[in-house]
Amino acid sequence: MAELLFEIFCEEIPARMQQRAGQDLSKALVDGLKKAGLTVEGEHCYTGPRRLVFTADIPLRSPDISEERKGPRVSSPEQALAGFMRGAGLSDISEAEIRTDPKKGDFYVALIEKSGADSADIIAPLIPEIMNNFPWPKSMKSGTSNFRWVRPLTSMICVLDGKVISFEVGGVKTGNTTEGHRRHGKGPYTVKSFKDYRKQLEGPKKPHGHVMICTCERKDKILTDARAACKAKGLELVEDEGLLNEVAGLAEWPVVILGDMDKGFLELPDDVIRLTLKTHQKTFTVCDPKTGNLAPHYIIVANQIAPDGGEAIKKGNGKVISARLSDAQFFQSEDAKKKLEDYYDKLDTVVFHKKLGSIQEKADRVAALARTLADNIDADPDKAEQAAKLAKCDLVTQTVIEFTSLQGQIGAQMYRRENGDADIATAIEQHYKPQGPSDAVPTNPVAVAVALADKLDTLVGFWAIDEKPTGSKDPFALRRAALGVVRIILENSKRIPLDFFLRSHSNFIFSSMINKKSSEMNKKVSEGLKAMQHLGKNVDVTSFDDDFPAINEIEELAELTDSQMQNLLAFILDRLKVYLRDKGISHDIIDAALTEGQDDLLSIVNRVEALQTFLETSEGENLLAGYKRAANILKAEAKKGELPAGAPNKPSEKESVALYEALQSASPKIEFALNDENYTKAMSELATLRAPIDAFFTHVQVISDDTAVKENNLRLLAQIRDTARQIADFDRING
Amino acid sequence: MAKTSDKFLSFQGLILTLQNYWAEQGCVILQPFDTEVGAGTLHPATVLRSLGPKPWNVAYVQPSRRPADGRYGENPNRLQHYYQFQVIMKPNPPNYQELYLGSLEAIGIDMDLHDIRFVEDDWENPTVGAWGLGWEVWCDGMEVSQYTYFQQVGGLDLDLVSGELTYGLERLAMYVQNVDNVYDLVFTEANAANGTPEVLYGDVFHQNEVQQSSYNFEHADTDKILEKFKYAEAECNHLLGLETPLPLPAYEHALKASHLFNLLDARGVVSPTQRQEYIKRVRDLAKGCAEAHVASEKAVTNRAWQ
Repeated sequence: MAELLFEIFCEEIPARMQQRAGQDLSKALVDGLKKAGLTVEGEHCYTGPRRLVFTADIPLRSPDISEERKGPRVSSPEQALAGFMRGAGLSDISEAEIRTDPKKGDFYVALIEKSGADSADIIAPLIPEIMNNFPWPKSMKSGTSNFRWVRPLTSMICVLDGKVISFEVGGVKTGNTTEGHRRHGKGPYTVKSFKDYRKQLEGPKKPHGHVMICTCERKDKILTDARAACKAKGLELVEDEGLLNEVAGLAEWPVVILGDMDKGFLELPDDVIRLTLKTHQKTFTVCDPKTGNLAPHYIIVANQIAPDGGEAIKKGNGKVISARLSDAQFFQSEDAKKKLEDYYDKLDTVVFHKKLGSIQEKADRVAALARTLADNIDADPDKAEQAAKLAKCDLVTQTVIEFTSLQGQIGAQMYRRENGDADIATAIEQHYKPQGPSDAVPTNPVAVAVALADKLDTLVGFWAIDEKPTGSKDPFALRRAALGVVRIILENSKRIPLDFFLRSHSNFIFSSMINKKSSEMNKKVSEGLKAMQHLGKNVDVTSFDDDFPAINEIEELAELTDSQMQNLLAFILDRLKVYLRDKGISHDIIDAALTEGQDDLLSIVNRVEALQTFLETSEGENLLAGYKRAANILKAEAKKGELPAGAPNKPSEKESVALYEALQSASPKIEFALNDENYTKAMSELATLRAPIDAFFTHVQVISDDTAVKENNLRLLAQIRDTARQIADFDRING
Repeated sequence: MAKTSDKFLSFQGLILTLQNYWAEQGCVILQPFDTEVGAGTLHPATVLRSLGPKPWNVAYVQPSRRPADGRYGENPNRLQHYYQFQVIMKPNPPNYQELYLGSLEAIGIDMDLHDIRFVEDDWENPTVGAWGLGWEVWCDGMEVSQYTYFQQVGGLDLDLVSGELTYGLERLAMYVQNVDNVYDLVFTEANAANGTPEVLYGDVFHQNEVQQSSYNFEHADTDKILEKFKYAEAECNHLLGLETPLPLPAYEHALKASHLFNLLDARGVVSPTQRQEYIKRVRDLAKGCAEAHVASEKAVTNRAWQ
């Protein structure tokens, strides 16, 4: 085995892309080498701000391959021989051997010898192929070249067993030299092997290139040094894996510096400080281990060993951070000059969607819906309405404009400071939740009402104007909203007749759209008249750019409401299926329990869960088998002619009587239990049919020669089927 | 005054140093474009010259106007009129990053003491249909330049990639001079020999900020501006629609339209929906100019005057 060392050196790769690029490069290389017949051992990929490095052990040549291929008999027709020759790559049939088999007689055998290739000859075309098709999330051209890479490519090392493999990618030739750290590691460094490469770049012997090539080691160093720097001052680092990954991708030789800020800034909300430090400055927050509160310090990760011990770097960062936090303080104090509710008026300047109007209009719709939903959620309707109107107000505060991810939190904070109602504050804070499958769901009833109304309004609105997600395109995150609806309802065990709410809200949206349009038109007409009276002034009645749909367009959309809302309900039920599947319930059971016209998610899930439990018992399993048998016979008989209608008469045979009586007794009990939504009870009633069904099939000849008996038996089977179907569509269950 | 660099650079010294540095790298040193623009990128020396197959290296200062950023001279960081220093090298040379770092050294940033980073920041200017990949360059956590490899301009793919550098001069000068208020920047140092006094940035521009803010926010006649916008738009389209289109003057009208829109926006008379619509209208103009320019360049003989 020989060592392959490959380094791609380029201008700064975005930190977020480095790790994935390393994995992609490693996989493509290993797959390509293996496909060419080479064994690959000990492969490893290192990534950093300016380089991707791959190393592995591979043989110097791919093995020779010899293979025998059996051909047709010697006496075979021309065509068969030609086909054989083509397949085996022979130019003349004389190149094949003739073998004799006692049974088959004489036949041809082709001996195919493929000699191996030098690994260098395999690699030289393989790597350009990989790099030319590299899956960067975003790539670019540079200078005069058409080659695309994440940023301009500078150089490449490709060394196998100490020798350079020569090839060219995007106008750059391979070699055996690289550069070190931009400031501390001026090269070139000429390398023979990976060990040599690493030693020259990392040391410990100086001079070295000041490049820590392994991300893990850079992360370790940052973490260890940051903890130590904090500890030395009696502080504690607030660890953040995401930020750690990012800063490890921004420095080749990370140097940790403890910075400080004015204590006064600590009056800002923790999240504002954290976000400023993290997203804008990529610095870690630091806390006081005794109190757990933020401390007026932060950890800078530099890429520079400065002769002044980092004083200038610390000062520079401190200045930027102060300026940013001063801005935040300014925003906060400006925001606090008004009460949260005073921002409501300004919400009409923010567009939610051009056809669905402003955020203010949305807030009004959510408020109306939250009020009507309140009953089903045991929430105070006045509070729900009030909270929904206030929930969006912080969107126009300067703090949220600057720190968008704090939406909800800032509003709640302002409202609490005004000594507002605690439930309403919670609702303002949590109404965007859940933001993803792992985000918590609100539990406070007022918050539940607003969160649910907000998502339903979004869904109904986009369905109403026919902007549904298609394929991978879901620009308004409607799948997430629908999953949010599912989770809020189920995790709070609320009964919501969705169909009713979807339709009534859709109607509400259309009537508000029409009202808005007609009042706008009235306004324009009166302005036009005024202008005509004053003559001179020219009023543009056609208006500049009006994206809001015209009345006839709104009416056209409104006519589709029925089918759109049906479609939306199906969309939400699809999210429910995904949600249940993730909980380990197989899709056939969900399909079986999902019968038409159901819109109460809680009831569906209760049914699904009872069915799943039931089918795991031996009663359930046998009953399913009995059901299938009954259904199959009915299907087969239906093909021969119409099935006998009506209820069965009381039969004469013993087993038939037992089944008849069991059905007579079970059916109403099941119906009763279902009305009561007691699915477990319904299942156990259904289970009582198991023994009579089994006995019936064992002892009774269903397709009797006596037509009357046969017809009655079929009626009995139909009743088994219909009774079971009251609970679920057992046809859809596999098994 | 504690200085960030050893060599004190006045504001004009900073400009002169950058000009000299990039002149030495072979750039044409141009003067500002004489139509109001929101950013140095909009100068035709960047937008139009980055199109087509001809190499082009240029550096210039461009006064940039953002009417909405006016603060009546009361904010230490925000200005409605400020300077950008812009460099374009087309095609970008392989050592462009090194050249850029050299320019920071030239203006006195001690590369041993300071931490320079290239942090991912992909640039996009929707009004001229341009985008590219690159970084914002940080010096000790402060953004000192925008560094972009153009990929598209005017909605057109580029024959050669231009490397664009934009230095925000006031911010950079505040860093180099270690000043917290932009108006306190030393614009011109005193000259003892002639007895000329020190001139501060505020001496030159404070009144301008006060008055222009007042105009932008209070006195600009929005009806007239809207008319002017429509005129500029119509004129641009007219020039592009000629039998032999005139993309250079047409582009000037596109720039005027863009600035007039910014004025309307500053007055708060543009609703968010309209905003998108205006941006689209300006982009359509810029795109038309870009296309016409590429076409007309093909017809122009090299050094036609000779």
